[in-house]
Amino acid sequence: MSAANETVSAGSARTARYFIYAALIVLAVVYLLPLYVMLTTSLKSLDEIRGGDMLALPKDPSIAAWVKAWGEACIGVSCVGIKGYFWNSLKMVIPAVLISTLLGALNGYVLTKWRFPGHKIVFGMMLFACFIPFQAVLIPMARLLGLMGLSNSTAGLVMVHVIYGLGFTTLFFRNYYEAFPDELVKAAMIDGAGFFRIFWRILLPTSGPIIVVTIIYQFTNIWNDFLFGVSFAGGEASPMTVALNNLVSSSTGVKEYNVDMAAAIFAALPTLFVYVVAGRYFVRGLMAGAVKG
Amino acid sequence: MSFLEIKYLCKKKTTNEILKGINIELEKGGFLVLVGPSGCGKSTLLNAIAGLLPPSSGDIVIDGQVVTDLHPSKRDIAMVFQSYALYPNMTVEENIAFALEMRGVEKAQREVEVKKVAKTLQIEHLLKRRPSQLSGGQRQRVAMGRALVRQPRVFLFDEPLSNLDAKLRVEVRAEIKALHQNTHATIVYVTHDQIEAMTLATKIVVLKEGQVQQVGTPAEIYNRPANLFVADFMGSPAMNMLKGKVANGGISLFGGEAVKVAVPPSVTTSLPDGKDVILALRPEAITDAGLADPQARAIATIEAEVTMIEPTGSDTFVTGKLDGASFTARTRSDVQVSLGQKFPFSFNLDKAVVFDPQTTQRIV
Repeated sequence: MSAANETVSAGSARTARYFIYAALIVLAVVYLLPLYVMLTTSLKSLDEIRGGDMLALPKDPSIAAWVKAWGEACIGVSCVGIKGYFWNSLKMVIPAVLISTLLGALNGYVLTKWRFPGHKIVFGMMLFACFIPFQAVLIPMARLLGLMGLSNSTAGLVMVHVIYGLGFTTLFFRNYYEAFPDELVKAAMIDGAGFFRIFWRILLPTSGPIIVVTIIYQFTNIWNDFLFGVSFAGGEASPMTVALNNLVSSSTGVKEYNVDMAAAIFAALPTLFVYVVAGRYFVRGLMAGAVKG
Repeated sequence: MSFLEIKYLCKKKTTNEILKGINIELEKGGFLVLVGPSGCGKSTLLNAIAGLLPPSSGDIVIDGQVVTDLHPSKRDIAMVFQSYALYPNMTVEENIAFALEMRGVEKAQREVEVKKVAKTLQIEHLLKRRPSQLSGGQRQRVAMGRALVRQPRVFLFDEPLSNLDAKLRVEVRAEIKALHQNTHATIVYVTHDQIEAMTLATKIVVLKEGQVQQVGTPAEIYNRPANLFVADFMGSPAMNMLKGKVANGGISLFGGEAVKVAVPPSVTTSLPDGKDVILALRPEAITDAGLADPQARAIATIEAEVTMIEPTGSDTFVTGKLDGASFTARTRSDVQVSLGQKFPFSFNLDKAVVFDPQTTQRIV
């Protein structure tokens, strides 16, 4: 180890560092380019877009396209913008994320602190749920939703996402609680706290990092989901992703790239917001337990 | 009648018997220490008393009430864990008050109780802090406070000192002893440290492989160990075990006729000639002539070669060797002794006990 270090001079180490930073900057620019094009295009007028230079800054920035995308753009036959679908998505994503996170936490708690015979098999089967491809469950799920009278509704989508998310949320919480000392649960039992009291008062308040990880993960997945949305909730109940697709692929009249771009940015905003607000907890939560702190 | 009774307690895990029929009784206000090497079942036994681990068979009785099938919170016990098990999301005050809160005690009343306990343990200045901001000794004290505030019928301690450094361990040990003397609480305490057992207990239970080896006061356990295991486990440095043979009403030691001692007074039966025995003596029963107990009735002086000298400050441990057998003697620290020298050791046979090497039991 030390012998290897001695062969690297200070000068060549610095060169290597410059090279690494240069590579990182280039890659960052490549990754950010689509966002830049989206932003600039959404602020340009249609004439300017047709003028050609995709990378040029807008000459006369205007938020007209944003206003139109939000409130006036035609999706299918109704021309009321994407705002209704945006709310649809929120109405779907918030309950779905909260319920699946809570149930995952409860599952993790039971699978680590209230072990029962066969708990490993149950956990294995829940993990298996993570690997079932979406396409495989479409038809059975559609039938089930129909039987329950939940087809074409936001409530149905919430249920689908909760069920599909449970495998992941359980995995996250089980691994987090695995490292949680059993003695704390025993102490609380002797102190007279019951099953749910221990969960609410002792475990959940110490689960901050893993809650953030799970919420970000679930929020991103559910918000960005297209397949379930397009399969189980058509028309007025469509989530944002489906509406965006319908907007962009509408073939009537001129293609309004600036409106499409503005709508796409609206669709991306909530996930961006979640990452910016909670991103640092995300990394911290992923690292929690890896290094004893 | 005893306050805490454990009757024929067994615990099986698949085919592995962890506890094999444990019988223990403890009077009210007693301090029972369960001691034994790791894996002897002492923690399992404590968890069974706490109700955290159901026994396979047998009964646990507290104050006349059978609690074997009661939930831990209904047994009116408190437990101090090795890792302290303080709730990390609560302040010290909330930690101590948690059990009271679970019992539905009014907030004002809770505050009074917490203040009282905090005062006894001198942790009043820590009440608003969180466990992560406390030192090991402070956490230990908070854990005791959490147990004390409930005024339970029985306190359970699971190796509470093993996470502390040596100096603090002695301090907290003294605090636990003082606490017991002041509150007259009934305590069951698990440790693998025989010095903790000796200093704290009113009653010691030595366990090995799920079986009780001996129950007794610290003095009984120390001076009259029931078998070779107890003799070897309790005391540091360990008890000297000298092989001998019964001959003409005495015991020949060190494999020859040359060194012969009288049968110690702890043996009341007559031993047949030619029987192999083990004569056991604590290091403090083998001394230099100047330290020998003038009250002792039977003292044998035996010359042996000195092979090691270990000064501890207060005394010096001298290892003697005779015909291949070694023993440790505890001498005055200012005794003149050098390596390789022939030194006259005084064996106080009043303190000696004799074991049967076949059964490993003590011969009385």
